[in-house]
Amino acid sequence: MKGLTARLKEKLPKGKHSIISLPYVWLLVFFVLPFIFVAKISFSEADLAIPPYMPMFEWSDNLLNIKINLGNYLWLAEDPLYWEAYANSIKMAFWSTLLCLLIGYPMAYAIAKAPKEKQAVWLLLVLLPSWTSFLIRVYAWMGLLKDSGLINGALMGIGIIDEPIQMINTNFAVYIGVVYSYLPFMVLPLYANLVKHDNSLLEAASDLGAIKAVSFFRITLPLSFNGIVAGSMLVFIPVVGEYVIPELLGGSDTIMIGKILWQEFFNNRDWPVASALAVIMIMILIIPISLFHHFQHKESR
Amino acid sequence: MPSGAVASQPSVTETGKVSRASKDVLIKIKNITKYYDDALAVDDVSLDIFRGEIFALLGASGSGKSTLLRMLAGFERPTSGHIFLRDQDITQMAPNQRPFNMMFQSYALFPHMSVEKNIAFGLQQQTPKLSKPAIADRVSEMLKLVHMEKYARRKPSQLSGGQRQRVALARSLARHPQLLLLDEPMGALDKKLRTEMQLEVVDIIERVGVTCVMVTHDQEEAMTMADRIAIMDEGYIQQIGSPVDVYETPRNRKVAEFIGSVNIFETEIKIDEEDRVILTCGDVCSDIYVGRGVTTSIDENKMLFALRPEKTFISKDKPLQTHNWTEGRVADIAYLGGHSVYYVKLKSGKQIQCFWANTERRAERPTWEDKVYVYWTEDAGMVMHL
Repeated sequence: MKGLTARLKEKLPKGKHSIISLPYVWLLVFFVLPFIFVAKISFSEADLAIPPYMPMFEWSDNLLNIKINLGNYLWLAEDPLYWEAYANSIKMAFWSTLLCLLIGYPMAYAIAKAPKEKQAVWLLLVLLPSWTSFLIRVYAWMGLLKDSGLINGALMGIGIIDEPIQMINTNFAVYIGVVYSYLPFMVLPLYANLVKHDNSLLEAASDLGAIKAVSFFRITLPLSFNGIVAGSMLVFIPVVGEYVIPELLGGSDTIMIGKILWQEFFNNRDWPVASALAVIMIMILIIPISLFHHFQHKESR
Repeated sequence: MPSGAVASQPSVTETGKVSRASKDVLIKIKNITKYYDDALAVDDVSLDIFRGEIFALLGASGSGKSTLLRMLAGFERPTSGHIFLRDQDITQMAPNQRPFNMMFQSYALFPHMSVEKNIAFGLQQQTPKLSKPAIADRVSEMLKLVHMEKYARRKPSQLSGGQRQRVALARSLARHPQLLLLDEPMGALDKKLRTEMQLEVVDIIERVGVTCVMVTHDQEEAMTMADRIAIMDEGYIQQIGSPVDVYETPRNRKVAEFIGSVNIFETEIKIDEEDRVILTCGDVCSDIYVGRGVTTSIDENKMLFALRPEKTFISKDKPLQTHNWTEGRVADIAYLGGHSVYYVKLKSGKQIQCFWANTERRAERPTWEDKVYVYWTEDAGMVMHL
């Protein structure tokens, strides 16, 4: 009897391992499993049923039929609309990330350099808008940008323009919405990185004759590389799949993959094609991320 | 009172060590005062640093020594006072304009650059611009100087503490600074490596021939490395002198107690003549005879008598001399290998320290609770004002 419990104890994971395994379990339940479901749906055929696709496995007359339908992927490959949507999403995500970086870096830098007691207040100001719902803030931008909105109204009121500038339903409005919404995700990791920098390194650079610009470009900027990467990932990845902002602020020419996915899923009720779109989007995102981590790991060694 | 101390002459020290220092003043610090908000960090300090010497600022943390060093480097501006490099007032000069370089306490090596790039950094900032081959030559020369040729391509994180220090030293010497500043140079090293590096760093500094100001809280380090030491306390300089000066003739109680161990007796003057002083003390059985004159003022009756523990003798037998002895009981013994420290409790209850040099392996030594006599020569002690 004793031998059995001892053997059982050996088989069961020890305390340390069970704690380490928690995030893996979380990833498995909330990422890997859903992804497998989506991937499975992407290989089936659309059907007028509930759920609206054909099952992959069928058991009839002692035969197990496995149907793998590659048609969805072929369909995506043939239609340039989808490629345009992917390319456009990545392009918009890239420029938004760059804009966030250009605006967020000076902000994070200023906060990190501020006196300790002010840092908390300034960080709070960066985060404060997030206490209002994301959706409401995007609606607020609609109010600001529309033809009869606050900005056009003000410009016309002081006589700079005679008729409203078309801002709403353009890519310009999407950029404003995206940069505004995702800026905190850029500022926070950059701040966390910059605030840890050892001030004596800058003193050493200055002591060795460097002017401020040289110290910044040769010491601060390279040392904040990891913060830049973390912030850029946090902005780039969700913006590629962003749906709400282009839907509310963008026009008909704003084709982003999030919007297309929504249309396939809800308007066309074509779950398999929507799933295939999602799978490809994840692939597009995962490959550069893992390549990047690979190189970064190599470099750090 | 103790600020603005006159620098003693740096030539041949009493130990026979020939100082490299000339009488040529390189840096003149004049009435420097520094306040942080309301807190006084440096209080009216004036001192001269001679070309070629190693000058140590020694003091406990908060004594203002680091602030003074940072003002020399240019990271802090004095509230009042001036710093001169030869005849040029450099008080307001930015750190990157000063021909000084500093070795930081934690070395402040750039973690993302290799050893050679760290050393080249300062050279790349020079105007007129140095050519790439000239920089490479200078870098390899510096690597050779600190024996780090093999590690040129390593990152600082791949080096040991001692190696990092060599790189930091090479980096701060690469630009031929007129003044080298060392901030707690051995602070990040363990004890054994520290003694080794102290001598090596001095050796390198002497080979390069650069003037050096160092800050340390470690008296052993200051005494090993420096030609002259300034003892700092609460923002001002208590005494400046060679290691022998500050140890053997401390100016006051604070200096005596800061450097090494010391027994201090409060005494009254019995006889005060030109070539001798006799003091009485409630703690000591006999009179204290000092075989040299002491400058006292007429109204001064009480003086301090300071006696270093290694200048005393312990014996179980009563010494033959009529003065400079007292008796007590051994309260405690600390065996330190090279010598033992005896804590002797005098009749008055005062406890004093005496060293017993362990020159014989199995010598008969006094032990706990033994009645012992402590005695000293007429030149052993120091007389100081209260």
